[in-house]
Amino acid sequence: MPLKIVHILALLMSFSLFSSGTVYAGETEEEFNVGEMIMHHIKDAHEWHLWGPDHGGTSIYLPVILVDGTSKVFSSKHFYHGKEVSFELSKDEEGHYMEGVGPAKGYALYHEKIYKLKNGQMIIKDGHAENAKPLDLSITKNVAFMFMSVILLLVILFSSVKFYKKNGAVAPKGIAKFVEPLVVFVRDDIAKENIDAHKYKKYTPYLLTIFFFILVCNLLGSIPLIGANLTGNITVTMFLALCTLLITLFSSNKNYWKHIYATPGVPMALLPIMIPIEFIGIFTKPFALMIRLFANITAGHIIILALISIIFINKSAAWGALSVPMALFISVLELLVAFLQAYLFTMLSALFIGAAVEEAHH
Amino acid sequence: MDLILPDFGLLFWTALVFVLLLFVITKFIWKPILSMVNEREQKIAESLELAERTKEEMKSLQAENENILKQARAERDGMLKDAREVAAKMVEDAKTGAKTESEKILAAARQSIESEKAAAVAELKTQVASFALEIAEKVIRGELSSDDKQKMLAEKLAGDINMN
Amino acid sequence: MYGSIAAIGAGLAVLGAGIGIGQIGGKAVEGIARNPEASGKITTTMIIAAALIEGVALFGVVIGLLGGAK
Repeated sequence: MPLKIVHILALLMSFSLFSSGTVYAGETEEEFNVGEMIMHHIKDAHEWHLWGPDHGGTSIYLPVILVDGTSKVFSSKHFYHGKEVSFELSKDEEGHYMEGVGPAKGYALYHEKIYKLKNGQMIIKDGHAENAKPLDLSITKNVAFMFMSVILLLVILFSSVKFYKKNGAVAPKGIAKFVEPLVVFVRDDIAKENIDAHKYKKYTPYLLTIFFFILVCNLLGSIPLIGANLTGNITVTMFLALCTLLITLFSSNKNYWKHIYATPGVPMALLPIMIPIEFIGIFTKPFALMIRLFANITAGHIIILALISIIFINKSAAWGALSVPMALFISVLELLVAFLQAYLFTMLSALFIGAAVEEAHH
Repeated sequence: MDLILPDFGLLFWTALVFVLLLFVITKFIWKPILSMVNEREQKIAESLELAERTKEEMKSLQAENENILKQARAERDGMLKDAREVAAKMVEDAKTGAKTESEKILAAARQSIESEKAAAVAELKTQVASFALEIAEKVIRGELSSDDKQKMLAEKLAGDINMN
Repeated sequence: MYGSIAAIGAGLAVLGAGIGIGQIGGKAVEGIARNPEASGKITTTMIIAAALIEGVALFGVVIGLLGGAK
């Protein structure tokens, strides 16, 4: 049932998003640019674009927080409703940035990044802005989405805790029935499986937290209109991977470093090669974690959007007969991927932590 | 390119939210849930153990019951056998008693018949004797009614004696 | 032009990953057929290995994306 709603929403969303886009394109005789639309969706933004054309459509304008000497807080509509400045990007291409008005005066928004205007101007060379950037702590779409996901997660988890508080240690019912198997799964199949039996307890809360955080963000992210590409954002995955790396390094024991600097069973002559490899390995593992989550979720969003875009590329609703079932199929697959990636991130984190705290036994 | 370049603002908020989330849900959610789950698992393990123990007990009880039943059955069989024996004996006794009684009665009857018979025979004998005597008297009277006849008889008797 | 070369690169990366994941899947099925009791462990290991390969493939896809988005 919820899945059905999700897909009806997906359909509505895609139609509303693109249909108005095509109307807009039709009015201005501008080609519908799939790549641009997709990139726009998967990147962060200072507004929550719901439907309609890029500028002037229906959006929720999120607060911009700038720290530039003093801190400034104002709505992002002062950018999106600001002055559109066009400039020549290359010979036959035109770029544009939004110059802020009102409280946003003196700043401009170019490719969703805020720059400080220099003498009231943007200096752009080869498509790259060379202006200074103020410290931007805005509540962007991803940040707002993260707040929403975390609040939802807290609501779910607190209501399941309430159940236990009320009923004691009995078989779970309601929302607790959904949460508990996942908790037990993470504890037994991820933590216990990969970390020493008497040490896993210390790391279980962390593993549970990343599992639920990634899972909720993945699942919510695949809902149209309210779904942002949060777990498909390199910053977020980088932070999560960094957490795993730090926990691994801070809980590592002698045995772990011995395996890196003097891998048992490796001849002395090979050590000069092995040590750098092993040392780089410390960082490539979390790096792979970061890329894996980012690329999987981003790729999912891109595929669904690209499939829906088929309709608008061909400018015929009949193509919906092909693209909608395919998008539906990929959406269902994305539900699996949402779980799988949350599982993998947690599982590999547990594996790395487990390797770091393992005692020598040979 | 900014697709794979981290953004400081988002990093800041992610770090803030995630670290807060980690602390809040570790303290208020994972600890109670995990302790509840552990408690319940312990409870389940205990219950299972108890069930196992009860099963063992039941098994021994059942064996005991079986024993008692067996014993009872054996007892019952013995009692039945005894009763049957007693009954048979009683029947036998009754039969032999009746037989001797009847034999006794028969013997008594036979005896009385015998004695009746003897009495009858004796009576008959006396009757016959008296008849014979009467006849003999009559005959003798007839014989001895004249002298000739007395003489003839005497002669005859003498002749009988001679012949002897 | 830049984008299409990147797309070829992404395609090649996906090809490699496809072969790799196919190998893993095939071997895992063989393993499960030979030893059905170990299917749980084999499946977990298979998923991890597949994810590791997929991660490498996605590096390629990301590079392709960057090329395409240029």
